[in-house]
Amino acid sequence: MRRAGVPVAFSQGFTPHPKISYASAAPTGVASEAEYLEVGLREPVDPAALRAALDAALSPGLDVLDVVVASGGGLADRIEASHWRIELPEVDPAVLAAAVATFTAADEVMVERMTKQGRRTFDARGAVITIDVSGPPVTPSVAPAVPCAILELVVRQVTPSVRPDDVLSGLRVVAGLEPPVAPKVIRLAQGTLTAQGAIVDPLDADRDGATIGGR
Amino acid sequence: MSVPSTTPRPVAANSVWPQLESLLPQVTKPIQYVGGELGAVVKDWDAATVRWALMYPDAYEVGLPNQGVQILYEVLNELPDVLAERTYAVWPDLEKLMRAHGVPQFTVDAHRPVRDFDLFGVSFATELGYTNLLTAIDLAGVPLLAADRTDADPVIVAGGHAAFNPEPIADFVDAAVLGDGEEAVLEITAIVREWKAEGCPGGRDELLLRLARTESVYVPRFYDVDYLPDGRIQRVVPNRADVPFRVHKRTTMDLDAWPYPKKPLVPLAETVHERYAVEIFRGCTRGCRFCQAGMITRPVRERSITTVGQMVQQGLEFSGFHEVGLLSLSSADHSEIGDMCSGLAEQYQGTNVSLSLPSTRVDAFNIDLAQELSRNGRRTGLTFAPEGGSERIRKVINKMVSKDDLIRTVVTAYTNGWRQVKLYFMCGLPTETDEDVLEIAAMAHEVIKAGRAATGSKDIRCTVSIGGFVPKPHTPFQWASMERPEVIDHRLKLLKQAINADRSLGRAIGYRYHDGEPSLIEGLLSRGDRRVGAVIRRVWENGGRFDGWSEHFSYQRWVDAATEVLPAFGVDLDWYTTREREELEVLPWDHLDSGLDKDWLWQDWQDSLSEYEQDDCRWTPCFDCGVCPAMDTEIQIGPTGRKLLPLTPVNGLKLPAGAQQ
Ligand code: B12
Ligand code: SF4
Repeated sequence: MRRAGVPVAFSQGFTPHPKISYASAAPTGVASEAEYLEVGLREPVDPAALRAALDAALSPGLDVLDVVVASGGGLADRIEASHWRIELPEVDPAVLAAAVATFTAADEVMVERMTKQGRRTFDARGAVITIDVSGPPVTPSVAPAVPCAILELVVRQVTPSVRPDDVLSGLRVVAGLEPPVAPKVIRLAQGTLTAQGAIVDPLDADRDGATIGGR
Repeated sequence: MSVPSTTPRPVAANSVWPQLESLLPQVTKPIQYVGGELGAVVKDWDAATVRWALMYPDAYEVGLPNQGVQILYEVLNELPDVLAERTYAVWPDLEKLMRAHGVPQFTVDAHRPVRDFDLFGVSFATELGYTNLLTAIDLAGVPLLAADRTDADPVIVAGGHAAFNPEPIADFVDAAVLGDGEEAVLEITAIVREWKAEGCPGGRDELLLRLARTESVYVPRFYDVDYLPDGRIQRVVPNRADVPFRVHKRTTMDLDAWPYPKKPLVPLAETVHERYAVEIFRGCTRGCRFCQAGMITRPVRERSITTVGQMVQQGLEFSGFHEVGLLSLSSADHSEIGDMCSGLAEQYQGTNVSLSLPSTRVDAFNIDLAQELSRNGRRTGLTFAPEGGSERIRKVINKMVSKDDLIRTVVTAYTNGWRQVKLYFMCGLPTETDEDVLEIAAMAHEVIKAGRAATGSKDIRCTVSIGGFVPKPHTPFQWASMERPEVIDHRLKLLKQAINADRSLGRAIGYRYHDGEPSLIEGLLSRGDRRVGAVIRRVWENGGRFDGWSEHFSYQRWVDAATEVLPAFGVDLDWYTTREREELEVLPWDHLDSGLDKDWLWQDWQDSLSEYEQDDCRWTPCFDCGVCPAMDTEIQIGPTGRKLLPLTPVNGLKLPAGAQQ
């Protein structure tokens, strides 16, 4: 923010903090194509210029795709679900499909994870909206000779949050699935959830407003 | 052939990234291994003629902010045909996986194997990084012993303060550089470049010989150490023609000509310091007798107020940091520190940029400085270092500050809004008694009492922090005996009781200390000779890693290794630590020239014992420590009378050139 010269607003108080909040950030070690954050500013700036300035200030690979003026309502409220893709190298798609079927058939799959509050046990099944085994990806990231199963996952935003690794733990619990190689996880989208189970870009609501303003 | 990878950055031909990437999800804080920091440089391997891997032998979070490595990294990468990359110590979890999967020690910039480089420069601010050096060499696939290396291995060069006595690691490094590195790395680069251009005549041996002939690169293998029957050193002599009897330290004069770092590294992971640090001067002639840094970096060379201002402006703009550290060994001693602080505070008023001085002497601190530092609302921590509890011991160590000065200064801080100050002391100093240490409690009590009286508030605190004294080479205390850990621990216990003897005052005083045991091992390493190398190796083989971290350091492991290894040489741990040396004993570093005259050091040691204080040569006549004539250097101080150049405040978004809106 400072490198880009963004006039960030600061909280009041003895140790002022910049007003920046992240909505449901991806866990460490997970790639993402869809992260969102909200920034409070001291003065209005042109969203397109802000995007360009921030993008230029960030390391390659961290790209700022769009900036819109918030028209009201918190960003966090618009993050209802997240779409993940999990690549499981050296896992046979048929084996994965069987594990997924067992997982889906269950009403509840209890898993454990260390959280900041200590070890917690929670249900990894309830929050899963869709879980599909898909064919090989359009651009495989591992050499084609290695078999690779791919899981497409849409998970509802709940507390405690159910992350891709929790679903993988769930597959281990119900079907003994043990990926031999560390899986590669990428978040493809997150946002509001339609009745049909589709994810809508959380910035869409603001974008409508911006269009009226003649952007 | 490398496997395609999902990393967005281009993968270098010799990169180990494809093998490394799949290990990262299994380790703690994987982001420390990915590189890609702002300020990082990745160059074309084949286009470079001389390639350096630079290491700070500690975890990334400690190593990344290190100024020395950042400076050398930038100086080297500015040369078109030179490539420099960085590597840090990997944590044991990754080390284990790297061994299991055959992934070698790698650089974070382009993830290239360290063994592929021509030179492997390692920066030792402290001796506690020695075991991490062995891990890195071994993981790199390079033979641990310099003697076993071939032309296919990089030349391992040690630098930094600990390199002023590299004897304990003499078996493991090929060379060591004493003193400032800016010009030294350029000179070494030039020698390697020329030797390679000639087709590497004579191989590794010839290259090392050429380095040694500069008289400022120490190549341990060209010196033989003979011992007396009682274990002391008889002599250290060159075993090759043309190799100098003594190797001299390097001094970078005119710091304005070397305004580095210009492009500070900005990490993606959390590190110990996230600030733009500028050295405002090098060297210190206050003459604290325990302080190796002060002794080996003489004379004082100031960076001018205008250069500092310019570096701060450019550094902040480049990095986006909001804290500026004005570094040096005693920052308040800069001849224009007042103008510098007020000028910077003014320029950055209302911007959330804060200033900090890491080392503030009690006597130079004043109200103005305190106010300038707090101008932007944030009060960074204040630390004062009286070092000794009693007036007497402060005379012994030549820390010329009176109790009244201290109390006055701390009260100034309290009345200027600071609620908390830290007081730093040492325990185990030469001639120290229980009483000297107990006076720390009295001093802390008085600080709180005076603070309460001056502010009318009970809401003030101080923290008493105690470090163990470690005698260092090239200081007047290089002959001193160390106190036993039991004695130190007993004194620290007495002190704690004394602080808490008054409950009300005791509650306002925090107490932090290091046990005596780690200091004893630091003592072994700092004044050790080549025989200590076997102890380091044994400790490392038994799992010793990250000795600077209390949760990893094992005193017992060091004691056991010393007990196993040293008797074969007729010496033991005590011989290196608690034994006082005599004037004529040949010290392991006598052939390494820091410029200090050994006779002067001995005289200063005697003065210390008679509690005679030595003034500062910046303000009183030269007292002939020997450095300036020996090194052909001189004191470079202001005031220059110049002011900070006015800044045009940069407002608004910074758009990339040619940005599409
Ligand atoms: C900032 C600082 C820290 C920071 C940051 C450390 C870091 N990541 O760099 C923190 C707070 C973490 C820290 C911690 C400690 N520090 Co400290 N620290 C400093 C301080 C104030 C500045 C260091 C600095 O940046 N100097 C400027 C740079 C440019 O100098 P440099 O690193 O020496 O590099 C130059 C040369 O040495 C040479 N060089 C360096 N490496 C190499 C390598 C090669 C190959 C070559 C050719 C040349 C070369 O070239 C460089 C440019 O000229 C110094 C005091 C001072 N002003 O020096 C103390 C100082 C270095 N620290 C000291 C100590 C004791 C420690 C601790 C051990 C304290 C403790 N008990 O925990 C720890 C050790 C941490 C660790 N594991 O490394 C002592 C060292 C004592 C000694 N040798 O006698 C110093 C000198 C302070 C003092 N007076 O006591 N420290
Ligand atoms: S030689 Fe003289 S002027 Fe130079 S550092 Fe030593 S005492 Fe100071």
